[in-house]
Amino acid sequence: MATIPLEHSNREVPWRLPTRGMVAMTCLITAESSIFTIFVVAYLYYLGRDVQGPTPRQVLEVPIFYTVCLLSSSFFIWLAEHAIEHSKMTAFCLWWSITILLGLTFLFGTGMEWYKLSVHDHLTIRTNLFGTTYYSLVGLHASHVVVGLLLMCFTLIFAVSGGVGPQHAYRIKTLALYWHFVDAVWVVVFTVVYVVGR
Amino acid sequence: MGGESIPVGRGIEVGVERPARPTYLEVVHSWIVTVDHKKLGILYICNGLIFLLVAGVEAMMMRIQLFFPNNTFLSPFTYNRMFTMHGTTMVFLVGMPLLFGFGNYLVPLMIGARDMAFPRLNAFSFWISAFAGLLLYYSFIGGVGLSGTGSAPDVAWFAYAPLSERAFSPGHTVDYWTVSLLLSGIGSIGTAINILATVFCMRCKGMTLGKIPLLPWLYATLSFLILVAVSPLTACQMMLMVDRYLGGHFFDTQAGGSAILWAHFFWIFGHPEVYVLVLPAFAAANEIIPVFSRKAIFGYPAMVAASVGIGFISLGVWAHHMFTIGMTSFGNAFFTLSTMLVSIPTGIKTFNWLATMWGGKIRFELPMLFSIAFLFQWVIAGLTGIMLSVSAWNWQLHNSYFVVAHFHYVLVGAIVFMIFASFYYWYPKMTGRMLDDRLGKLHFWLMVIGFHMTFDVMHFPGLLGMPRQIYTYEPDRGWTLLNQIVTVGALIQAVAILIFVYNLVHSFFRGEEAGPDPWDAWTLEWATSSPPPAYNFAIDPEVASRRPLWDLKHPEDPDSAFE
Repeated sequence: MATIPLEHSNREVPWRLPTRGMVAMTCLITAESSIFTIFVVAYLYYLGRDVQGPTPRQVLEVPIFYTVCLLSSSFFIWLAEHAIEHSKMTAFCLWWSITILLGLTFLFGTGMEWYKLSVHDHLTIRTNLFGTTYYSLVGLHASHVVVGLLLMCFTLIFAVSGGVGPQHAYRIKTLALYWHFVDAVWVVVFTVVYVVGR
Repeated sequence: MGGESIPVGRGIEVGVERPARPTYLEVVHSWIVTVDHKKLGILYICNGLIFLLVAGVEAMMMRIQLFFPNNTFLSPFTYNRMFTMHGTTMVFLVGMPLLFGFGNYLVPLMIGARDMAFPRLNAFSFWISAFAGLLLYYSFIGGVGLSGTGSAPDVAWFAYAPLSERAFSPGHTVDYWTVSLLLSGIGSIGTAINILATVFCMRCKGMTLGKIPLLPWLYATLSFLILVAVSPLTACQMMLMVDRYLGGHFFDTQAGGSAILWAHFFWIFGHPEVYVLVLPAFAAANEIIPVFSRKAIFGYPAMVAASVGIGFISLGVWAHHMFTIGMTSFGNAFFTLSTMLVSIPTGIKTFNWLATMWGGKIRFELPMLFSIAFLFQWVIAGLTGIMLSVSAWNWQLHNSYFVVAHFHYVLVGAIVFMIFASFYYWYPKMTGRMLDDRLGKLHFWLMVIGFHMTFDVMHFPGLLGMPRQIYTYEPDRGWTLLNQIVTVGALIQAVAILIFVYNLVHSFFRGEEAGPDPWDAWTLEWATSSPPPAYNFAIDPEVASRRPLWDLKHPEDPDSAFE
């Protein structure tokens, strides 16, 4: 049985490959981006084509506070990444918890908005095209926030109980990449729904 | 596992002592819980082959129905279900599993890795795809379909809205179709992520991007296509489910929704999907043609660039499926030109294969026979593709049998032929035994004759105006004889495929021992035993060129000196 020769050119270049977690997360983000693109295109395409109200201008309010919460969470998760890379576990837990709290606040904001829309404005997913596209696009984003929050809560529990340590910094960075993506998508959704769409 | 010898020195040991023969239950259990890329690859392939037979039966039923004008072999409703299930099955339950099967098996071996990057994700992707297949076929007993008769989806494989909406497709058949495609899409995206991570992160030492064999390169390209093209299909299915279950209005024309939007979204998936399916065929040709021409592949960098180019261009051609839907003249011109642009990289590939064969010592073994047939048929399919890309011509022939003949020329003439070539080429690696040559030759010639009888002749009823998806026709149209030739050709292909399946089973038990490297090939999968041990390579391989085994066999003239 033969194998590959071991003699090789003398150039001793260290053999480095990208980490599989980062590559896989980038791929997942690519796939998710195209799902969001389709929903965003549908939202834009159907703007103003409703045969009955309510319209976005009548009922939507710009959620500035909750948007600031979500976008600033990207900064705090970056601090957390930085902390775990330098083995500062207490600081990591602190920044990580703040990220989770900000995410929860954002989710609460979405919940309140949906409550107002469905109870006071009588806008449901069945009402008109705006309802269908709005709830599915914002809901798709919110479901990504929920997934991110669940993963971060598990991480926090493990970090507090000692299961996650500085040796897992690379996994934390992979999860943080997902969270940055969720924030970046919100920039697009916010622009489309609350700026262009109103 | 105490009986195994420990590999020493430069070699990889061949004789692994097996423990006592396991019981059947243990065998089944080991296949169900496996995370080994080779076993999952074989599971994918078996899954694909079973559905190939099922979808083949559906095709035969349609061909029998069309043998005589005004035939009553199938009811119109059953006929609708047959072409819907045939199309959906062939694309999602035959094409995708077979390509993933070979990819799973070969990509880690060719890049010298122990397994895929995420073995458990790999198992998850397989089982969710297999479940999606069962779910689609459960629709036969699951609920009533269009017109309230019988079951199974009957909305064609592209399921144009609003036909697929609750108002026009009551019952649950379209729900099964939707959920099935959603799940198989999740499985496909999982595997695509896995293949990309494997190719970029698991390569053995020395395998820089310019030294990856072409098959893993093309699998990385098609995985990228899956990420950006199958995801829109998943989004489409979500929207359809919102419409059907929650009363949404995405494709509800009465509430202002758009049927055209579904067509756009579907073909944004649908056209790149064709390239997802054909790139594995190219990948296999890239490996097989050089080995049987006894020459290194001609123009490796151009081949990589052309494949990646096909990937990108194919994302911008989807609306050539929709010329008759009523676009602006700018839209028609744009999609005509972008479609024609695809022929540049595919032309580069075709000429590079020819240049690889040029002056080579061609060995006409079965994989090479199928590859040569593939080359001819691929070029003809490309030519009818250029005809159909001209929007004015397309208006005449849209949804006619000419289109059916064109895409079957690609799907059968190119993809299925290269799948057969792959079987003849890699079956010895997977099982340790050669496929029977005499049966293989019979299979090849019957397949070629049957294929050309069916799909060459099928162009003509299309030119004479026969639309696709009709369950019967009048005798005075002049289509009768042509349809009868097509049906006889299909029967010959069915016989050929049965011979092939028999050969697979027969050779598994009776085939000639293959040995580790029966074709005198050059890529890493031939450096280990056949079938490879669970760990693939006892020593992590290290490569210095694109043809590591050539370097090993010809130390006086290694490729690494020239690359």
